Amino acid sequence: MRAVVAVIGKDTVGILAKVSGICAEHNANVMDVTQTIMQDLFAMTMMIEISGLNIDYIDFADKLTKAGSEMGLQIHVMHEDIFNAMHRI
Amino acid sequence: MLNSGDILETIKMIQEENLDIRTITMGISLLDCIDSDIDKACDKVYDKIMRKAENLVKTGEDIEKQYGIPIVNKRISVTPIAMVSAACKGSPVKFAKALQRAADGTGVNYIGGYSALVHKGFSAGDRELIESIPEALSVTSNVCSSVNIGSTRAGINMDAVAMMGKIIIDAAEATKDNSYFGAAKIVVFCNAVEDNPFMAGAFHGVGEYDCEINVGVSGPGVVRAALKKYPDANISEIADVIKKTAFKITRMGQLVGTEACQKLGVPFGIVDLSLAPTPAVGDSVAHILEEIGLESCGCHGTTACLAMLNDAVKKGGVMASSHVGGLSGAFIPVSEDAGMIDAAIKGSLSLEKLEAMTAVCSVGLDMIAIPGDTPADVISAIIADEAAIGMVNSKTTAVRVIPAIGMKEGEMIEFGGLFGSAPIMPVSRFSPSKFISRGGRIPAPLQSLKN
Repeated sequence: MRAVVAVIGKDTVGILAKVSGICAEHNANVMDVTQTIMQDLFAMTMMIEISGLNIDYIDFADKLTKAGSEMGLQIHVMHEDIFNAMHRI
Repeated sequence: MLNSGDILETIKMIQEENLDIRTITMGISLLDCIDSDIDKACDKVYDKIMRKAENLVKTGEDIEKQYGIPIVNKRISVTPIAMVSAACKGSPVKFAKALQRAADGTGVNYIGGYSALVHKGFSAGDRELIESIPEALSVTSNVCSSVNIGSTRAGINMDAVAMMGKIIIDAAEATKDNSYFGAAKIVVFCNAVEDNPFMAGAFHGVGEYDCEINVGVSGPGVVRAALKKYPDANISEIADVIKKTAFKITRMGQLVGTEACQKLGVPFGIVDLSLAPTPAVGDSVAHILEEIGLESCGCHGTTACLAMLNDAVKKGGVMASSHVGGLSGAFIPVSEDAGMIDAAIKGSLSLEKLEAMTAVCSVGLDMIAIPGDTPADVISAIIADEAAIGMVNSKTTAVRVIPAIGMKEGEMIEFGGLFGSAPIMPVSRFSPSKFISRGGRIPAPLQSLKN
């Protein structure tokens, strides 16, 4: 099972480190990272493997969202199926 | 691999353009709850709903978190209660109370099916149930009612039409301390559908599964945002943009419905391809029509724009779902749509124009406040006109009007929340009284003879 982590907000030092740190702590393998900076808006999408999570998926998602708001970022964690359903036939 | 553009597009739709799943509705058959003892029957109804829908709300919330998409409502529809209450003596209001207990117990926000199907005539239990609607809706808060008074196959039951005008006024009167909300919980249908997930008109038809999940999607804000990117496109191109957007929205509904069915262990019914507005800014069907190029919804050209929108939504959605059903189309409720409210206040949107619009959209005259002194036979005649449009065009039409007792044209009623607010709109001052008092049936039209 895979999930997408999308991080949107003002670019600051250590965003990737913080997010991937939480992933590592809970045994979520980062499979792919794409990041772009549009003007000074930072947008990163990360594909992670969540089959081996050591906590509940919902708790994991909450933890990332909370970490995001502490850094002034929006972090969305969503199951990959929603994107596949919407963008693939 | 997914590209980040697609990912960000989905997130933007949810965060900024109000994309949501409007409802997952569990349809539950109550045919096995029929009993000649009314108290026993009510207990069976309560027990069955609690058993089937125990985990509905929790499952909905889990799916919201899993996919990051809001599911605004979790609801239940049941077999028309008149079919269950017909077997027993005593006031059918007891069933409404049992439904309310079940709504409280399961935590759903509405439960629909305090209904009767009388499109040709009344059978046992139907009259009693219809007469009890005002009381049932005033002693409960989450129970919704509907009555089907006509169909393309059967014609229009004018005795039922005459009755419903009065019932709507009584329901408003009985709930006048609560914004006449009783009237907002009654829908009078022609060609009612049996798998509708939307309230207040949802009931669970007798040809359906014992228990199933139906999903209603939404997304007027997403369609409008998509159209904004094409200020100079011609109408063919606009229709294409709407189709593509409707496809994406519907896929979301299909995914959520499939997942909910799997988790709850019940069969999947349908996805209702609807553009259902809310009073939130940016979630309006009227604003889509204005984005296409109308100065204000209700001006000449509105019916044509709406016909195109409605058709494109269906064309886009139909490929995205394995089973499409329900009402499927664009909704035009006045009080629940910020653009419609503005247009009605400005005077560009009239009851007559809304009636024309119902010939080409999903349902009918919806959430419209009318003056409190409107006679019952005028409301009946409004119902008859709508039913005639539905009957002849083989489509669902409905009337949900709110007579604002003691209030006059131009004043506003506040319902709050998803129900919004409504300016009281004028109705014709001339009387249809003789026509309504004749009773009888409008014979089924030639369109019914398809065999």
